[in-house]
Amino acid sequence: MGFNVLIAVSLAYVAFLFLVAWAAERRAARGRDGWLRSPWIYTLSLSIYCTAWTFYGAVGYAARSGLEFVTIYLGPTLVMIGWWWVLRRMVRIGRAQRITSIADLISSRFGKSTTLGVLVTLLAVIGTTPYIALQLNSVTLSVAVFAEGWGEEELRAAGFWTAAGLAVFTILFGTRNLDVNERHHGIVMAVAVEAVVKLGALIAVGVFVVWGIAGGVGATLDRIDASDIAMWEQPGGRWIAITFLAGAAILCLPRMFQVMVVENADERHLATASWAFPLFLLLMSLFVVPIAVVGLDLMPAGSNPDLFVLTLPLAQGRDGLALLSFLGGFSSATSMVIVATIALATMVSNHIVAPIWLSSTRQGALVSGDVRQVILMARRLSILGVLALGYVYYRFAAGGAALAAMGIIAFVGVAQILPAMLAGMFWRGATRIGAGLGLAVGFAVWLWSLFLPSFGAGAVIPVAVMEAGPWGIGWLRPQALFGIAGLDPVVHAALWSMILNAGLVFLGSALSFPKPLERLQGVQFVNVFENSAAPQTWARSAVRAEDLLIMIQRIIGPREAQMLFAQEAARQGKQGYVPDVTADFIVRLERELSGSVGAATAHAMIGQMTEGANVSVEDLIAVADETAQIMETSARLEAKSREQERTAQALREANEKLTALSIQKDAFLSQISHELRTPMTSIRSFSELLRESDMDRDEQRRFAGIVHDETVRLTRLLDDLLDLSVLENGQVTLNRAEGRLSDLIDRAVSASGAGEDGLTIRRDRAREEGILLDTDLDRLSQVFINLISNARKYCAAEAPELTIAVSQEAGRPVVDFIDNGAGIAPASQQMIFEKFSRLGDPGKAGGAGLGLAICREIMDRLGGGIHYLDGQGGTAFRVVLPGPQALAAQ
Amino acid sequence: MRPPAPRPVFLARASYRQRRLRDAARVLPVLGAILFILPVLWPIGGPEGQTTSAALIYIFGTWTALICLAALISRLMRFDPEGETTDMPFEPPADPPLSEREG
Repeated sequence: MGFNVLIAVSLAYVAFLFLVAWAAERRAARGRDGWLRSPWIYTLSLSIYCTAWTFYGAVGYAARSGLEFVTIYLGPTLVMIGWWWVLRRMVRIGRAQRITSIADLISSRFGKSTTLGVLVTLLAVIGTTPYIALQLNSVTLSVAVFAEGWGEEELRAAGFWTAAGLAVFTILFGTRNLDVNERHHGIVMAVAVEAVVKLGALIAVGVFVVWGIAGGVGATLDRIDASDIAMWEQPGGRWIAITFLAGAAILCLPRMFQVMVVENADERHLATASWAFPLFLLLMSLFVVPIAVVGLDLMPAGSNPDLFVLTLPLAQGRDGLALLSFLGGFSSATSMVIVATIALATMVSNHIVAPIWLSSTRQGALVSGDVRQVILMARRLSILGVLALGYVYYRFAAGGAALAAMGIIAFVGVAQILPAMLAGMFWRGATRIGAGLGLAVGFAVWLWSLFLPSFGAGAVIPVAVMEAGPWGIGWLRPQALFGIAGLDPVVHAALWSMILNAGLVFLGSALSFPKPLERLQGVQFVNVFENSAAPQTWARSAVRAEDLLIMIQRIIGPREAQMLFAQEAARQGKQGYVPDVTADFIVRLERELSGSVGAATAHAMIGQMTEGANVSVEDLIAVADETAQIMETSARLEAKSREQERTAQALREANEKLTALSIQKDAFLSQISHELRTPMTSIRSFSELLRESDMDRDEQRRFAGIVHDETVRLTRLLDDLLDLSVLENGQVTLNRAEGRLSDLIDRAVSASGAGEDGLTIRRDRAREEGILLDTDLDRLSQVFINLISNARKYCAAEAPELTIAVSQEAGRPVVDFIDNGAGIAPASQQMIFEKFSRLGDPGKAGGAGLGLAICREIMDRLGGGIHYLDGQGGTAFRVVLPGPQALAAQ
Repeated sequence: MRPPAPRPVFLARASYRQRRLRDAARVLPVLGAILFILPVLWPIGGPEGQTTSAALIYIFGTWTALICLAALISRLMRFDPEGETTDMPFEPPADPPLSEREG
């Protein structure tokens, strides 16, 4: 087959890819991206995991190390079928937080740390550059197979032009739009097409080898058992280590993150990819061993097993198949380079170039309107830079190393991100310090024990250091750290770097304290399923003045808002209310807004409208603070309204009381009329009798006596009423005097006439004498007299007895009057202090039922109290004597 | 802050099945890891060991089985972006009609 045909077909293929990408972009731009966002396209785009290393290198790997090559696919298979654990969470976080790259994920999780972003970016660049070089290498090697007689010079030129072509493609379709949430439909589509081509090519070669050369499945298996591959003994450590590394790589490789998380259109696609992508991997590796075995059998000794996929059909005279195989390898290489370059360029421009640029322009991003252009330019330059780096690496280092070895070295490098990433996604306690320490040390161990030695003994690290350690420190020998020699270099490096890395992530996190931002982000990452039901999508179109006006109107009122906009329009020399949205205007708006809603909210709101997702966590924290203030205010309002409720309640109660009092007053009036009427009736009738009839003197005397008694009773009633009224109105003046309690009780006992009719009084005079009083003694004795005479009148015992006991209660002297009568039923205890309340026969004692009411009023006035004492075996009243403080208060 | 709504203690049969399906999705990679590590324990290559072709068939066989299981699980799974929060609480089955009870 002519070399020119190869070139022509390649160019046609490239043109076809351009066309596919362009058509996909067009469809997406028109909104008809339905099938572009299907889970199948997503799954196929994941296939950039399979690079030229897989396409060519897997056969070489199998030829050298037997079945071990399959571990490269088993790791990702496990991660994919375990999507419910990690990938689902990663994709959800990526969408909720608008993560742009794996460096962004780490940086964002750990408080938007610039340092971590730079660290991960560096790690990714150093880990990926050899990989890109590898792809360029594979393309030139495969071209060389067809181009007989090409020298070094032409091959390098081929490598250069490949790199240049890839740069053009990547810049064209990778930096059309700035927003990373806007997916790269063109590139994803092209990658998916390339995935089909490489899978088809490999299967075609495999089918040809198994059925065309070996003669069927059984014969192939026999050949396998008879070949050198069967001699290979698998070290278990390497098997497990590489499975683990491959699993880590699919999570941590920047290009995998790009297609898996950033380009993900729908979380549900993961469910399909969880089995479809392992299936893709299985098909990719199904024919690897047969091709390797047949290649080893048929190809001349010393031919490069890495190129069997290409050279075997060629040697069998199948030019068409060889061409397809070439295209498959070309697809593998180019799709990987394109996506890896985009991912790296995003990281470099976002985490290295943009911060430097922003800090170098003193005005800040808001003032200059050209941020977009600057970032896009940075991204384009980054793409060129990354590809140039890959090319340089290819020129100077990629000469002899086997493809597979370089891939695995890169795997160990990117796997250093894994501990920080997993800790960040699952553990709220992970901190920036821990992540930084783990990353830095893991990175250093990887560089020292695997990456630098990979250039060959003596190339970077001198032979002496390799054998004796730096400065003769034996336990720092690159391939025998801590004195453990004899391990496979990859296992050795992976083991130590991962142990130290994960250990430091834990230790650093446990011993340090996170900043508020980190803690906030930690919660958002770890609890992503609780917090982000649906990731919000802000309109990404440039903000329109009308939208701003609508928003501002809602906050500062329509009239003011329109005035503001009209002023601005006039300033810009325009008519009407719609000015151009300039950075200056936005600053003014924000200032205006912050007068209404506070600075932080205003910034966040304007930020949302103008920059899409560009609201920093600091803003949100400040918003949260303001929200807290608002909540406090509303809590205060709530308290106030509760207070008002209480007041209303009190008012209602007062009203009820007044109504009750009014009823009471009516009852009192009718009662008093009744009370007054009874003696008046008897006075009138007896005085009529006295006037009209002549009766004997005795009778006259008796009637006059009755009239007199009734008058006395009437007078006493009126006296009591007057007394009560004076007391209740508070018009009483107290005549304070000092005296002994015992004297007071003596006086009361004799005044009440107790003892004359058989009431025995028991007293503890010694106790009484100890108590000095300073109060209105007359009033107090009135209370005592009342209580004693009550006992005298109502005590129904055969040998009535009254105990007057003095004691202390709560620091105040109390006097208990306890008789041995029947007591008062609990239901009546509430009533006895009311006016006109008499128990039993009203006429029995001749009182009007005002005595206890007066007593209570008096004691209240004096600052003491009186209440019924239950459970004393008879009627018992307790008089609480006024204390000295209460006196002072009077 | 409002406390999160308590998750239902008992789930309806369909939700219960979904939960167990998610558990299966979680267990599957563990199973896969064990199956994939097994060949390390075999004496491959030696005269009394497994032949390479048998190992090859074993690996691709388990691989295929895992893919089928993963496909089955992801097919049966009602994928619901809200995740665990939309579980239907368990409702006791309604009493059967009287006639059924009598009959």
